[in-house]
Order: sequence, then structure tokens, then C-alpha cells
Amino acid sequence: MIYRENGQFKSSYRADQQIFPIRQDRYVVLGVLLIAFVAAPLLASNYFLQAILTPFLILSLAAIGLNILVGYCGQISIGSGAFMAVGAYAAWNFGVRIPEIPLVGQILLGGVFATLVGVVFGIPSLRIRGLYLAVTTLAAQFFVDWAFLRIAFFTNYSPSGNVSVPALTAFGLPVQTPAQKYVFVLIFVVIFALLAKNLVRGAIGRQWMAIRDMDVAAEVIGIRPVYAKLTAFAVSSFFIGVAGALWAYIHLGSWEPLAFDLTRSLQLLFIVIIGGLGSIVGSFFGAAFMVLLPVLLTNVPHWFGLSLAVDTASHIEHMVFGALIVFFLIVEPHGLARLWSIGKEKLRLWPFPH
Amino acid sequence: MLTMSTAALAAEEQYIPLLTYRTGSFAPLGIPWADGKLDYLALVNERDGGVNGVKLVYEECETAYATDRGVECYERMKGKGGGASGFDTQSTGITFALTDKAFVDGIPIETMGYGLSHSVNGSVFEWNFPLLGTYWTAADVMIQDIAKQVGQDKLKDQRIALVYHDSPYGKEPIALLQARAKAEGFKLDLYPVTAPGVEQKSTWLQVRKNRPDFILLWSAGIMTPTAIREAQAVGYPRDKIYGIWWAASESDVADLGAAAKGYKGITIHNSAEDGPVHEAVKAMHAKGKGAENGDKYVGSLAHTRGMMISMMQVEAIRTAQEKFGKGKHMTPEQVRWGFENLNLDEARLKELGFEGIMRPVKTSCSNHMGDDWARIVQWNGNKFEVVSDWYQSDKSFVDPLVKEMSAKYAAEKKITPRTCEG
Repeated sequence: MIYRENGQFKSSYRADQQIFPIRQDRYVVLGVLLIAFVAAPLLASNYFLQAILTPFLILSLAAIGLNILVGYCGQISIGSGAFMAVGAYAAWNFGVRIPEIPLVGQILLGGVFATLVGVVFGIPSLRIRGLYLAVTTLAAQFFVDWAFLRIAFFTNYSPSGNVSVPALTAFGLPVQTPAQKYVFVLIFVVIFALLAKNLVRGAIGRQWMAIRDMDVAAEVIGIRPVYAKLTAFAVSSFFIGVAGALWAYIHLGSWEPLAFDLTRSLQLLFIVIIGGLGSIVGSFFGAAFMVLLPVLLTNVPHWFGLSLAVDTASHIEHMVFGALIVFFLIVEPHGLARLWSIGKEKLRLWPFPH
Repeated sequence: MLTMSTAALAAEEQYIPLLTYRTGSFAPLGIPWADGKLDYLALVNERDGGVNGVKLVYEECETAYATDRGVECYERMKGKGGGASGFDTQSTGITFALTDKAFVDGIPIETMGYGLSHSVNGSVFEWNFPLLGTYWTAADVMIQDIAKQVGQDKLKDQRIALVYHDSPYGKEPIALLQARAKAEGFKLDLYPVTAPGVEQKSTWLQVRKNRPDFILLWSAGIMTPTAIREAQAVGYPRDKIYGIWWAASESDVADLGAAAKGYKGITIHNSAEDGPVHEAVKAMHAKGKGAENGDKYVGSLAHTRGMMISMMQVEAIRTAQEKFGKGKHMTPEQVRWGFENLNLDEARLKELGFEGIMRPVKTSCSNHMGDDWARIVQWNGNKFEVVSDWYQSDKSFVDPLVKEMSAKYAAEKKITPRTCEG
């Protein structure tokens, strides 16, 4: 009844091409942003901000990056952890060696380096696809893990191979309390999500999707696969690299290559699959699922006063996680984003479904 | 009114978070270790009614050795019960991540026998306590034992290999070993093994080729038995291998039996021995209290070490209470003071039931490790036997490194070191 575009007339192309053409959607998004920017930092506990919202946002950003590659351009990658690591270590190296570079600059430079590495490892995609490509991106994962473990230069000759960031400031403001860190990450994520949304709606996004749907047909109608595939790798790696830098700088503060191992790559892939391939909002849903579920599964027995041994809880978590992934893929292979849009469709028809 | 009553209630309780890993590739070590920590806290509650009447409230959080899980646990637990009394992170990676946070939050980080070796310097690392020994002291003691075996004058002819878990944990001793190799002229080979360490074929082929005289093994979990089996496969004598204390617990060698016979390890203090505290824990288990598995791990090295960790934590709280008021809840800041002013002499250890298990230890503002003592144990096929005298690390190697690395850390993090009187 409420969620319906009746009476909302567009009188210009501009108005018709908005990201959220329906007024109610815009209000909801504005409301969410208002809550995220104002209410959450003021009201949420430090634990919630630091241990749940911040990792959720950063993983969402990485998932958007991966989604551009896998969901929009159809190039399967299981090396996203590597690109996160490149972003993190490149940013850190700039910070250590040229401390004059401001924090945001360091993080973006991390993204730039991840882009370079991403494009290099994207070159095989011009010749091979599908599972074979997945395996070459896996090579990226192993290579990067090896490089950051063994090449002492990248860790500034730190004896243990562990690196950590000093107290952070951006634009003269401290980024140290959980709320400050959260807002800092949030700004990044909002800007990048908007950027991604506009990219995938634009000409380049359509080229990616054409390649995804059928590359031969796309080539026939004049899309250059080289350009489309490599830009997808570049943009995706940039996003993932920035997310990696944020994960290292803001969430962990101190890290080793293990923080970006194959498990991280698979986690991102699961986020994208569960959230919804080819959907920006799906990346957020997937990340929320991934971050919240373990925390919930650990805490829920406590709320009901059940004392569950931590190892049992951990094993149950793995089982439930696996089962839920299988369940979701059977019930809704297009992910949570598809469920969301079905829900919206139903609301638009309600109460007179036809 | 409501907040008043909760505050009053909290005053009689002391919250101790327990980060543990009972799952993942290090679980065989993590389970007895975690049980040991838990058992001692349960014992203090059960036998003594807490610390001067203050009941200990403790809770486990499973990290599976993953840094991000550990950070989540820390964030969830640090503020509970009027502030956590200290975190034993049970992981080098988590220690690194939490060290930075501890500076901001003001929570003590207790890392008995692991963690950051340079955090011994209390004037820079106000909140870190690598009690009883670090990887640098351990590596130093191993070299001393080797020198004793071959003769100090022959040390320069030796070829010593470090086979290590390729992570911050495994890399910690390298700085010290390089310093000693440079000073004493022995040859040092470094063999990294990728985590989790089940793939070591190429490493041991190199060992077979280069034939090092001794091997220092910085492994954990599944990596240790794999290494010993590989040593057997290439015919490398097991009694030339020295495992770090986390690679030298019964769970690492029990299944290997005779294949591991001769394998040497280092222990923090004398944790290979049993003491009255073990009897007390067994008595408690008989009443159905304490860790779920009961006596299964009591007396094993990892379990004893877990108990020692909890004991130091409890003694820090007790020491703090002596200054700030007995029978009261201690804030993290006060517990930190307790950690910094620990003084466990022979008599006190006897009271606690730890006689024969460890030697007296005293911490100070500038020395957050206290006294480091270590011994070598050897697996005889059935149990670990103490085979060496007490060793203490050579300060002329360890101290300059601590000074150099902690100064570097302070400069990187823009920390102004405190001035310490002691």
C-alpha cells in the first residue's frame, strides 16, 4: 500500500535515471544513512562498533569489489585475499617510508597497487575462463602469501614479519576511538558503494555484463573483451585493495600475512554468493550474514543461559554455517539480494497480488 | 539505585577473560593449556574462596588462533565485570594486535613465555607482561645447552638450523640467533615451513643435504609431530633437535612413541615436574569441579603451564589488593600494578603448591619479564625427563636486542618511555 510508485511522475531523463527511482526507496536509504552516520556512533556500544559494524563495513567493501569481478563480469576469482594483502602492505609501506602522505592517501595508494597486481593477474582471463581462471587467481593468492612472508623489504625488515600502524589521524582529526574508526570506514564505504553502483549502471558496467552473459556475442556487437575484462579486474582490485588497507589499518591495527590467507578469499566468495551475484546491496547482505552469524551463534546460547563449551560452540558454528550456505544456495541461488527484491516486488503489489 | 547495587555486587568479583583455542590446527596444545588455565582459577575459587574473598569470574572465548577472532573476543570481554583483569592471548598474532589496543584501553596483556620479546622493556610496554621468558631467552638457552654439549670453544664450528613455523611466532627467535651467530661464529641456517606445517618434505631434504649439527624447532600443533617423523625419515638424530616449549608437550610426541625418543625440548622453569598444586587440582576434580575432562591432562606440560599462567594472573590480583585494598575488586590499572610488582619468593611458591615447578620471580617497572629460568627436557619414549641444570639467558645478548627493538617500537608508535626507578 505504502510502497508503490503511483503518482510519482518523472519529467526528465535525469529523474528517470536515479539510482533509487522510487521515492520510498530514497527515504529508506536516507534513513539508513542517517542512522549509520548519526545514531550508530552516538548510541552503539564500543563492542558493537568495533567488533561488528567496522568489520561488516570493510568486508562489504571488499565484497563489492569482488562482486564487480565475479558477479558483474563473470570472471571467477579466489585470490581476493591476496589483493587485500597487497592493499594493506602497500599502504603500510607508503606510510612507513614516506610518512608525509596523509592517511587517506596511503589507503588509496594501497588500492592503486592492488589494481596493478590485479591487472597483472587478470591478464590470463583474456585467454582462459571459468574454473581455469579461478585456479590462476589462486596462484595470485599463493604468490602474494609467499612474497609477504619471505621478502623482508615489504615488512620493513620487521624481525617477526608482523607490522603495525601507529596512532591514526586523518585531516587533522584523530581516528582512534571505535566511533571515529567506524565513521572513517563508513565514509569510505558509502563513497565507494555509490561509485560502484554508478559504474555498473553505466556504459562500462553494461560491457562487463555483456561479457559475463556471453563474451562471443559481446565481441560481435563491438565490445572489446580485453578492455572490459581488464577494467573489471582493475576496478575490482582497487576496491579490494582499499578494503584490505582498511582491514589492516582500522580493524586489526597489526597484522601478518595470515590475516589475508586463502580463508579470507573463500570468505569473500561466500559473501558474494550468499549475498547475491551481481548486486551491490547483496554484498552488504552477504557481509552482514558472514559477520553476524558467528557472533550470534556464539552468543545466543549465553542469552538463554545455556553454558556451551567453547569448542562445541565453535564446531556447531561450522556445521550451521555449512548447512545454511547449502540451504541458501538451494532455496535461493541468486542470494539474499534476490530475496530482498522479491520482497520489494511483493510489497508493490500488496494487497492485490496478481 | 540499580547501578549502585550492580557496582556493589561487582566489587566482590574479579573478571578474568580466557582466550583459548580448542579447535583448529593447534588444538592438541590448546586444549590442555586452556584446561590448565581454567583449572587453576576454579581451584582458587573452590579451595580459597577466591582472592581474599573476591570470587573469580571467568569465561572462555574461542579464537582458533585467528587474529580477527581474538580481536572480537577482546572487544567483547575487555569491559565486562568492571574491566578485564588481563588477557593471556595464547597467540603471538593476537598479542601483536592487542598490544596496540592495550595502550589505549589500559588492559594488561599477560604473555607467559611468548608474545613480543622486546615487550620485556616495561618503560615502553607499560601494559605487556611476557613473564618468565621470551623466545629470545629460550633461543639463548638452547644455544647455551648446545655449547655445553660440544664445548664452548667448539661452538664456532657448529652448523645450527632453525626450522620454524613461518609466522610471527616462528620468526621471533631469529633476531637473537643471528646476533649470537655473529658473535660466536657458528653457522645459522633458516628453514621456514609454511603454516600449518604438514608440508615439510623439501625442508628435511635440505636438512639431509646440509646436515646441521643441531636443529632448533619453532613449531606448533601438527607441525611438531610432522617434523619429528620427517627427521626420522631422513635419518636425522632426534636428540639433536630442540623444540621450543610450545612444541614440547606430551601431545606433540605421545603418538610417536619411540620415533620421538630422544627429542629434546625446553621448559619454562621446571614445569615438567609435579607439585602439591597438582594434588589439589586432582582433589577438586574428584568433587566434579574444574575442567570438563577432569584429570585427563593434569600433570602434562601444557596443562601445568596453563596453571602457571593463571597463577601469575591471580598473584597479580593479590599483589594489587595488598596495595589497593584487600577483598576489593581491582581495576585493570590496579592489576597492572600487581603484575609489575610481583614478588614470588621460595616461601610463597611453597604456599601456592608450585615448589619444584618454578623458581622465584620478581618483576619491576623496567623488567616486565621477571626472572627467566629454563631447563631442557628429553622425551624417553613415555614421558619427558629433565636432563639439564637451570639456565638463565645471557643478558649480554638479550638486553641490547630488547633495548634496540623496544626503542624502535617506541619511535614508530610515538611513545615516550616512562622513567623507571627499578
